[in-house]
Amino acid sequence: MIATTRRVLSCAVLAAFALPGIMGTAHGATLDDVRAADELKCGINTGLAGFANTDDAGNWVGFDVDYCKALAAAVLGDASKIQYVSLTGKNRFPALQAGEIEVLARNTTWTFSRDVDLGLTFVGVNYYDGQGFLGPKSLGVSSATELDGASVCIQTGTTTELNLADFFRTHNMAYEPVPIETNSEARAAYEADRCDVYTSDASGLAATKATFDNPDDHMVLPEIISKEPLGPVVRQGDDQWADITRWVLNALISAEELGVTQANVEALAQKDGGSDNPEVQRLLGSEGSMGAMLGLDADWAARAIMAVGNYSEIFERHLGPDTRLGLERGLNALYSAGGILYSPPFR
Amino acid sequence: MFFRDQSEMLPERPAPITEVGVIGWLRINLFSSYGNAALTLVSLALLVLIIPPFVSWGLIDAQFSGDSGAACSGIGACWAWLDQRLGQFFYGFYPADAHWRVNVTALLLVPALLYVLVDNLPGAKFGRWFSYVYPLLAAYLLVGGFGLEVISTDKFGGFMLNMVVGLTGIVLSLPVGILLALGRQSRLPVIRLLSITFIEAVRGVPLITLLFVAIVLLQLFLPPEVSLDQLLRVIIMVTLFASAYMAEVVRGGLQAIPKGQIEGAQAVGLGYWQTMRLIVLPQALRISIPGIVNTFIGLFKDTTLVIIIGLFDLLGHARLLQTNPDWIGDVDHEAYLFSAAVFFVICFLMSRYSVSLEKQLSQDRH
Repeated sequence: MIATTRRVLSCAVLAAFALPGIMGTAHGATLDDVRAADELKCGINTGLAGFANTDDAGNWVGFDVDYCKALAAAVLGDASKIQYVSLTGKNRFPALQAGEIEVLARNTTWTFSRDVDLGLTFVGVNYYDGQGFLGPKSLGVSSATELDGASVCIQTGTTTELNLADFFRTHNMAYEPVPIETNSEARAAYEADRCDVYTSDASGLAATKATFDNPDDHMVLPEIISKEPLGPVVRQGDDQWADITRWVLNALISAEELGVTQANVEALAQKDGGSDNPEVQRLLGSEGSMGAMLGLDADWAARAIMAVGNYSEIFERHLGPDTRLGLERGLNALYSAGGILYSPPFR
Repeated sequence: MFFRDQSEMLPERPAPITEVGVIGWLRINLFSSYGNAALTLVSLALLVLIIPPFVSWGLIDAQFSGDSGAACSGIGACWAWLDQRLGQFFYGFYPADAHWRVNVTALLLVPALLYVLVDNLPGAKFGRWFSYVYPLLAAYLLVGGFGLEVISTDKFGGFMLNMVVGLTGIVLSLPVGILLALGRQSRLPVIRLLSITFIEAVRGVPLITLLFVAIVLLQLFLPPEVSLDQLLRVIIMVTLFASAYMAEVVRGGLQAIPKGQIEGAQAVGLGYWQTMRLIVLPQALRISIPGIVNTFIGLFKDTTLVIIIGLFDLLGHARLLQTNPDWIGDVDHEAYLFSAAVFFVICFLMSRYSVSLEKQLSQDRH
């Protein structure tokens, strides 16, 4: 989510040392590897509320984790056949490059240099994030453009720091940065009034705000000053695997659009008496041969949806208003509902 | 009578009240001068300021039950997670039905350690052997194989992971460190140069960098089929890192031994290894004990760095708890406090043992 300078550093290290090494290593078809191991190695966060975390029983749960589960269900027929590999911002790309994981679902921002220069393939966007500001309502500010002279709590060494500098410079405003190391320290500093506003990714701000004693006294300002499209990543060079990962994500989004849910997917997938919408039939494999085109069987998408539900169900389960994070869909609503979430058609 | 009968001793009188008992102790230790009295009063005031609020926050107002942070009032500490999360804090992702294997390993650790650390225990001869075999036994119990279900090391976690990495590192780094220290003083130039290069190279680099190299870069240069176990890589790196420091600590001890000792040993016909084993090292190591234990404690705390390879030690699980949506914002201090307390207990035990060992050895000397 937040690109740290350390990440930039590791990218530089990679570019300098690793790429020649990778080019010499021919990775076989990833799908065959996954099938041979009968296990999907999925790279996730080391702990981010709502995206990847452990429940009381020690199982990984979260928005990104559910994508891993959907992929495993589609490819292996079992959403539990996953080896979760927790990765820091520093070692996530090397781990993918070195073949220690087959897919990276770790709230990773899709940027030009990562996509092009690092030899990675971003297969889509599963969460549109962006940097925003959190401030107390008592500050009397309704827009980030009124923040001239404000003190701003900010996590050091992140791209948010650079975005912040850009934003204030383009608006000809002055600010006083209050550098903070971690999110929890930032929250404590903000609560102790050491800064007027706290800037971070909007999803994180909403989650932070939800944990305050009086969340209604604070507001996330409307301005989003950066684009952070987060999505799953695979190694470049295996188009079949990239297609599978891309279309599993699209299947989850299309399922929401087409009204296919975890509860009704089984009924809709019936050959007789199932859905009479041809796109649903193609998606769920009761018509056409889309699974075969991917190298999978016919009901790959049905299994993925059966395992974790459609995009909306995943979102509501881990991030939505009923969770403690209480995030609104916002940009992540379907294009037909005011957002920009859009899956190409299953045709 | 004018004169007292002095043929009898005067009865003993108690020492003045200002010199003995509670008052005497207070006077001597706390109020011996105006400056000390002021310090005492300031310290008392600080304790009064700190302890009651801490106790009422941590215990009296604290919440001990509930399913999520929402159950916690926010006034007192939130310990409700202990109930469900303690298992993760100690066992990590180790399968629940195999927790007994960790327990047995931990139980056996007690005699294995005691027979090494304490002299004159009953059955010492057998006990020593048990201690030597213990690492193999522990590895078998934890990893499995030969009849036990194999549990991959990426399931290791929680405090058990700290213990595995820390103890292995401690046990291996002392001998390696001693060899390096001897190597650095060796008269053979190749050995000396290699030792110096190794020590300086490793000491010159932060541990986190070494781990990063071992975990990330190593894999890029090895063919994908060759996969060294991640935990093994960490243990090797931690051990090498601690060995370099250990070598310098031991070298300090070696240099404190007068040259006459070595010459004396040579004069009675002892060879190099005999001289070292019988004359030099026993004295050098005794001098080095504080430094050695210092290195051990540092090493044990460094085990928390396993987080960078995606393994979750005690601290890792504390952070997982802090970022759990159910608990986020309510357990920031508590989770850290708990981890700190566990680490403190272990490190304090190590430091106490080193003190008692020093005392025991200095008694032997006189």
